[in-house]
Amino acid sequence: MNLKLKALTKSLWVFHLCIGGSCNNCDIEILDLLTPRFDVERFGIVLVGSIRHADVLLVTGSLSRKAATRAIQVYKQMPKPGIVVACGTCALGRGIFKDGYNSPCALDELIPVDVYIPGCPPKPEAIIAGVAKLINKLQGKK
Amino acid sequence: MSHKVVIPIGPYHPLQEEPEFFRLYVEGEKVVDIDIVIGYNHRGIEELSEHKHFDQVTFLVERICGICSTSHPFAYVNAVEDLAKIEVPERALYIRTIIAEMERIHSHLLWLGLAGHFIGYNTVWMWAWKYREPILDMFEMISGNRNHYAMMKIGGVRRDIKDEYIPILKKTLDDLIPAVNMFRGAVMDDPVIQARLKGIGILTKQQAIDWCVEGPTGRASGINIDVRRDDPYGAYDRVSWNVIVEKDGDIFAKTVVRILELYESISIIRQCLDKMPKGEIDADVKDIPTGEGIGRVEAPRGECFHYVRSDGTNRPIRHKVRAPSYMNVASNKVAAVGGTISDAAITLAAVDPCYCCTERLIVLDKHTDKKMMNGWDLIKLSQEKTQKLRNTIK
Amino acid sequence: MMFISNEVKEKLADKIINWYGHSLRRVYISLKPEDLKEAARILFQDLALRFITASGIDTPKGFEILYHFSFDKTGEIISVRVLIEDKKKPEIDSLAPLFPAAEWIEREMWEMLGINFIGHPNLKRLLLADEWPEGKYPLRHEHES
Repeated sequence: MNLKLKALTKSLWVFHLCIGGSCNNCDIEILDLLTPRFDVERFGIVLVGSIRHADVLLVTGSLSRKAATRAIQVYKQMPKPGIVVACGTCALGRGIFKDGYNSPCALDELIPVDVYIPGCPPKPEAIIAGVAKLINKLQGKK
Repeated sequence: MSHKVVIPIGPYHPLQEEPEFFRLYVEGEKVVDIDIVIGYNHRGIEELSEHKHFDQVTFLVERICGICSTSHPFAYVNAVEDLAKIEVPERALYIRTIIAEMERIHSHLLWLGLAGHFIGYNTVWMWAWKYREPILDMFEMISGNRNHYAMMKIGGVRRDIKDEYIPILKKTLDDLIPAVNMFRGAVMDDPVIQARLKGIGILTKQQAIDWCVEGPTGRASGINIDVRRDDPYGAYDRVSWNVIVEKDGDIFAKTVVRILELYESISIIRQCLDKMPKGEIDADVKDIPTGEGIGRVEAPRGECFHYVRSDGTNRPIRHKVRAPSYMNVASNKVAAVGGTISDAAITLAAVDPCYCCTERLIVLDKHTDKKMMNGWDLIKLSQEKTQKLRNTIK
Repeated sequence: MMFISNEVKEKLADKIINWYGHSLRRVYISLKPEDLKEAARILFQDLALRFITASGIDTPKGFEILYHFSFDKTGEIISVRVLIEDKKKPEIDSLAPLFPAAEWIEREMWEMLGINFIGHPNLKRLLLADEWPEGKYPLRHEHES
């Protein structure tokens, strides 16, 4: 595989974007990954503050109207190649808020999603497993 | 009129640039006005409730907020039980109380961690969240999930607390006490933290009354209200515990209230585990009659209020939800104004809003309306102020 | 335990159209919309009740608003109900000049139901996005007629 993609499989820099309509549970579980029990920093995974430094766009939330345009904006600003990870049932397809008037559409109708991590909220172990599967896929392994 | 441009470093806070939740207008270093813009997380839950059965609504409201995910279903089932005058079996009342207090412990520890991070005590953050994990493990043992435990049901609870869990729960609580003692010593006796948090972000008692704040935010300003004592529900009137009230109204007071409430929560759970009788956990409710009902609980952040109206069908025709942060966050209009920008981050976080809210901060110059810095910069400023204080107090 | 509902009955006197005691701690009082502001002032200032929130409901008879007040010493909730019959141009006095705690919920009822609050200092959208169309109120029930 080409050099750029290979570079992504080493230390991943993650930008976490909460696109509104979120109960924050997924966000808390993501922050939990940094705490001593899970400690993803030992894998080189780091949360960054700007999308322009990120390899991975980690999205949570069920996409409220106020956030829809921003989701597209942020995706455009992400340096390519980049990966979009949808974390949590809301980011997958709005979940229980599907019929609400303020949840216009699912995330993957707006931006292409590469990895889906289901759960409400997904356990930190599930998030790590999702990222591990992603790395394996990029490296061409099963 | 000087302003600093701060280069954001440090990866701990996932922040975005827009839309803004709090627009802080500054003159120099001082915050002179604040515009609070919400609606970012608006999902139309009240409208969704009208399309779901009474039982389905319990799962819907659980997902209003992830941190107090049992408070909303608790208030909702209280409302429906008030409407239909349902008697809940005693064992179920105890189980509900245990779950609610476990949630309070995990929520206060979470807040303690975030507040520690905001003022630059990242060790406090890591330790607070580390000690939160055993509580989440207990939730998983009882209900199957670390968060969104789906324990509440109209007329009772959905799962029982098995006898073999009780010694494990008690051991977890026993192990938690030395940790809370450590936080208490680390936070309340530290001269730097006292200098950093005392006298900052004051909400006076009269302001608290005018803005109708409640919960730990109100209790830190001398407002002696607690729904668990005033309008008892669950098993709170069957166990003995204290309401923690402080009078200074500053951030230090808010911190003290939350830390001391941890001890009370541990005591309540212990008493419930001892007193809990054997018996049914579900009143097996079939129909909800016409009428209206109001239920409220003391969530970790304050009073969570639900109003439900039924017309005899199997769906509510109106469901009004009022989260505690609705009143408490609005009161920031008076608490944050007059302070400096280095205190803004911790002042806004001190009412313990839903974590997502404090992220979207933006600072604008009052006269030019020019954007100066974002929430991340504010947190950095807050951490720098602590460092300066530490150097002077040494 | 001194229940405040007795004092409320006394002070609101002939403003009360209907009184319903659902239980020891849940009372519902109906008033005319014109009497709301004075009643709220009596409850908040004279009797020191705490304002919890307000529930706006679209009913066939009109827009109903329930203002919920709490008397924390006894845990009573006194809910004041008003019915705004004019559905074409619904409006009522704002309570925000009495206590700032009412500001947000009145903005929310304005954008969800289209009720105008006379005298509100800052009646603008609270929850809905700017692009949300004017004149569409999410909590209104579209009746077939």
